[in-house]
Amino acid sequence: MQTLPNAGAAPLIHQIAATIVDNKAWLSEIDGKIGDGDHGINMAKGFGRAAERIPPDATLTEAMQTLSDVLMGEIGGSMGPLYGMMFADMADALGKAEAITAESFGAMLRAGCDGVREMGAAKPGDKTLLDALVPAVDAYATTLAEGQDFTAALAAMRQAAETGRDGTRDMVARIGRSARLGERSRGVLDAGASSCALILAGFADGITQRLETA
Amino acid sequence: MQRFFNNPDDIVDETVAGFVRAHRDMVTLSPDNPRVVVSNWAGTQGRVGVVTGGGSGHEPAFIGYTGRNMVDAVAVGELFSSPTAKAFHDAIRAADGGAGVAVLYGNYAGDNMNVKMARKMAARDDIAVDTVVANDDVCSAPASEREKRRGVAGEIFMWKVGAAKAAAGADLAGVIAAAQKAIDNCRSVGVGLAPCTLPAVGHPNFQIEPGKMEVGIGHHGEPGERVEDLRRADEVADDMVRIVLDDHALPAGTEVAVLVSGLGATPINELYVLYDRIERQIEAAGLKVWRPYVGNYFTSLDMVGVTLTVMALDDELKELLAVDTACPGF
Repeated sequence: MQTLPNAGAAPLIHQIAATIVDNKAWLSEIDGKIGDGDHGINMAKGFGRAAERIPPDATLTEAMQTLSDVLMGEIGGSMGPLYGMMFADMADALGKAEAITAESFGAMLRAGCDGVREMGAAKPGDKTLLDALVPAVDAYATTLAEGQDFTAALAAMRQAAETGRDGTRDMVARIGRSARLGERSRGVLDAGASSCALILAGFADGITQRLETA
Repeated sequence: MQRFFNNPDDIVDETVAGFVRAHRDMVTLSPDNPRVVVSNWAGTQGRVGVVTGGGSGHEPAFIGYTGRNMVDAVAVGELFSSPTAKAFHDAIRAADGGAGVAVLYGNYAGDNMNVKMARKMAARDDIAVDTVVANDDVCSAPASEREKRRGVAGEIFMWKVGAAKAAAGADLAGVIAAAQKAIDNCRSVGVGLAPCTLPAVGHPNFQIEPGKMEVGIGHHGEPGERVEDLRRADEVADDMVRIVLDDHALPAGTEVAVLVSGLGATPINELYVLYDRIERQIEAAGLKVWRPYVGNYFTSLDMVGVTLTVMALDDELKELLAVDTACPGF
């Protein structure tokens, strides 16, 4: 069975943070078209700060809890509570598990998604990060239910997140600051869906890499 | 436009540092949280605490309305970005005098989420918290969806009325009711002539073409209901009065408080040019201006533009607006 020890899995979060920091300018540019243009700045600040505070030998649970604490306690805005709640609920779901398995990762994803939905008032189709997250979580679960393995489920999750992100281009924003643009918000990717796809791709790539070298 | 800053990432911390230094006779920084500004009169035992908070870049809002018989504690966010739940929670704790805390804030997605979390945190401290969410910006949603409208400069009247009610010894329900009445009686509209720039981003976050104006613009550059050719000041004033009063349907003879605020980069004298016409138009509509406020009360970084807020008054609101206060913003 494909598993990964929870202990020492914190570098998954370091990798995700590095990706967010690398994409700071791109995320801000997308956000600038229909929002404030500070999504990349705030995301890079939160993820970068958390990465500095997470020891590499920590568990993934601890790493996600620290990331959540920084996002909720120091970043604010809309993304602070949304991603903060997502990582807090993911950390709670994974808990003290010794191993990250296909099943526990699936439960973690589901909990994170539920956390975001409870915190915000958005629905899929509103042009938000949910448009990447919800199909990704569903694709992951469906792939596992079909009897495929952890890496296949991760690949499906990654693909669905990116397809979902790309789908936000044709959506009209219905919530948040860009909602006031109405039709003018069409034709641009959603910044939250874009950062969410980066986060999920980071999980998929990082875990796959570790499973293959294990 | 050239700007004064050191590292753009430090701009909020440095703003707050300078603010509490300049106004130390009225405010201090929370020892628990560098993103919470506290009134020197906060936490009076037995009195309802009043809290607000929001993104920075709107100075003197939100921090400037902290003081005696005004807001007790303010949660400070990044530029145009909601404060954290922790900042709202720490502000609630700083304002608490054992009689509950009224959180009076504006209707924005981030603020709604962070206040919601802060309420849960405060419940664990056994602090009773209730909220009023300002939604005075007429052009941000149709009247049929008033709950979707954003809060803008009408928040100042909401804070003033809520805090005066708390100072008068009302209980939490009484403070909430007064603040709710204040904001329900407010209607606001903004007109933008040029966009604003977040220093860390370095370029304007939206565009208004030369020779154009955006009617109904929001406090962060949210699009208005129309972009059209810039007109003479009197015509702009007439348009603003019409938008606000059309949404309000006030009986003739109603007394009103009027607040005209610059958005950051409009010369003060132009606010008076507009005000001269605004008051005459309001009076021509059969209303009576009881108290005007003209100045930079609630800005949007370096946006060129103006907002008009009209609050319908009754005896209670007049009495509360007249309560003596000391705060940097008023």
